[in-house]
Amino acid sequence: MNAIEARNITKFFHEPTTFQVLKQISFTVEKGHFVSLVGKSGCGKSTLLYVLSTMDTDYEGELLFENHLITGKNQDELSKFRNEHLGFVFQFHFLLPEFTVLENVMLPALKLKRFSHKEIEHRAIEKLQLVGMDNFAFNTASKLSGGQQQRVAIARALINDPSIIMGDEPTGNLDKTNSFIVLDILKKLAADNKQTIITVTHDQEFAAQTDHIIEMEDGLIIRQ
Amino acid sequence: MKSSNLKLALRIALVHLLSKKKQTLVAMLGVTFGISMFIVMISFMTGVNDFLMDLTLDGSPHIHINNPVKTERAPLAAAAYDTSQTRIILHHQKPKQELPRIKNGFQILREIRQHPDVSFASPQLTSQVFFNNGAIRFSGMVVGIDVKQENAMYKLHEKMISGTVEKLLSNRNGILVGEKLSKKMNIVPGDRVSLTTANGDVFMMKVVGIFAFGITTIDDVRCYVDLQTAQKLLGKSADYFTDLNIKLKDYRKASTLAPILKARYGFKTEDWEQSNASILTGEMVRNTMTYVVAITMLIVAGFGIYNIMNMTVVNKMRDIAILKATGYEGTDIILIFLLQSIIIGIIGALMGVLTGILISYGINQIPFPTSDVIKIETFPVAFKMKHYLLAIFFGFLTTLLAGYFPSRKASKIDPVAIIRG
Ligand SMILES: Nc1ncnc2c1ncn2[C@@H]1O[C@H](COP(=O)(O)OP(=O)(O)O)[C@@H](O)[C@H]1O
Ligand SMILES: [Mg+2]
Repeated sequence: MNAIEARNITKFFHEPTTFQVLKQISFTVEKGHFVSLVGKSGCGKSTLLYVLSTMDTDYEGELLFENHLITGKNQDELSKFRNEHLGFVFQFHFLLPEFTVLENVMLPALKLKRFSHKEIEHRAIEKLQLVGMDNFAFNTASKLSGGQQQRVAIARALINDPSIIMGDEPTGNLDKTNSFIVLDILKKLAADNKQTIITVTHDQEFAAQTDHIIEMEDGLIIRQ
Repeated sequence: MKSSNLKLALRIALVHLLSKKKQTLVAMLGVTFGISMFIVMISFMTGVNDFLMDLTLDGSPHIHINNPVKTERAPLAAAAYDTSQTRIILHHQKPKQELPRIKNGFQILREIRQHPDVSFASPQLTSQVFFNNGAIRFSGMVVGIDVKQENAMYKLHEKMISGTVEKLLSNRNGILVGEKLSKKMNIVPGDRVSLTTANGDVFMMKVVGIFAFGITTIDDVRCYVDLQTAQKLLGKSADYFTDLNIKLKDYRKASTLAPILKARYGFKTEDWEQSNASILTGEMVRNTMTYVVAITMLIVAGFGIYNIMNMTVVNKMRDIAILKATGYEGTDIILIFLLQSIIIGIIGALMGVLTGILISYGINQIPFPTSDVIKIETFPVAFKMKHYLLAIFFGFLTTLLAGYFPSRKASKIDPVAIIRG
């Protein structure tokens, strides 16, 4: 089954001048695949990923998740969809700085309310164990190192058991060891849990380890 | 479902508030200041208004019934013609030979006293007189009263500067004289004064007391004698009196009861609102000014909150982007920021009410410069629950409005623009 299908995704930026950043992009990603999106800086990888993330709705073309059309849904529906089905890991470790590690991981689940508070806490600890951060559960997020924060961000992305996990250069700010840890975690998720993973990267070694590579240049897919 | 949303938003709101303690405190103090000034101004103004109202109501009846001489009545000729066809012009019509008395006065008095809204009703016989003070004559107004009733109605004994009210009863020629008038005539209790009635009769009276209402127009002319004495002075029978004064249990009912009495007895009735229209106008002007200034202060406090909330939204853009990216909806974001300003508003308002009460209590302790005219010991302040609730309500409304616009701005933030850096 297709986890994601993009049909003729086209996008323009109008500032400072109008230019086409995505040009008729079409591709599919199989469920449970680990896909990396590569290409030179400025070719449109991040822009494409944010369209796929449903956060950016200013595009032409169609986006489907598991054969359901997503394009055209309103903001609140998209919020719910993201909360339930998508997990994100960003280039910069975006955690809420004043909250504890555990609270940061719990936040998306508290919103979804699929489980009770107690269960959510239990599951959050499990996810933190998965990324090796359970010992830091009660530390304040802002007190962690970059690599640690990124692992917490992955745990947060996993809390609602999303079918798709997206990352925009999730290892971009990490050293070799930490990059390797993160890559390992993501690979395991795809293999064991059948979760689909799409990450933007310009790390050749990282890309080589994934199931599938999509290469972009100037808003076009040149190889997949 | 909803309550857990609220709890979550509250938790985030509290963390945000505590992460900028100084701004939070400044915003709260802004509200505290606005609310406390609101309360101080309104309590003080109401105190002044109530005091003036008491002063006015003290010295005047709630409803006054009398029977003034009518100079305008239908000409006799009108009976003989169809007045829709014929115009009758009559120059300089003279009043009928008619006494300004209230006919069947004591019967009416008894009936009025039965009325459930009435607390006191008292007859009066008023007449212009002249006091003969050596070569000079001062005009005065003799008021014959039912001493006990009148004393109960106006607390005359509290108005006495010297002498006592009760002496009017034991002394048939006794008279109480207004303070200003007594000074003009240079008399003290025990002195004798000679007065000339409108009919030209001369009587010697014994001054048994001096009173002051603190209202010049009264203290300059009025004198009290017993009703029977007044009837004797004017050569009238024992059932003769000219005015009927009524005090009600609730003075606000005067304007509704007056027309009813007029319809039943046919005499002229005037309620205190009609007799004191200028005081009521003054009160309205003071109230309007007070509310305008007080609400302006709250609006200024509101701008303070608006500024600080705007700053918070800018500072917390990353948090907002993360929450939105992980599935929080616009309404969740609005709730998080609105709650912050509501918390600021509630705590600020409660502190404001407390400070406001303390300050107005302080004002209430300041001694009022002593004066013969106004009988008051400290600055008047009204302590009313209604004002505190009103202040909290307005404070809440301003913070809600001040918080809403920054919150809405926060909910509109585009997470992509922030996350991609
Ligand atoms: N908000 C924006 N407004 C205008 N141009 C943008 C904006 N964001 C990105 N761009 C431009 O779009 C192109 C693609 O950017 P991006 O998707 O971030 O590239 P990549 O992630 O592949 O490095 C770049 O030329 C970038 O300068
Ligand atoms: Mg990029």
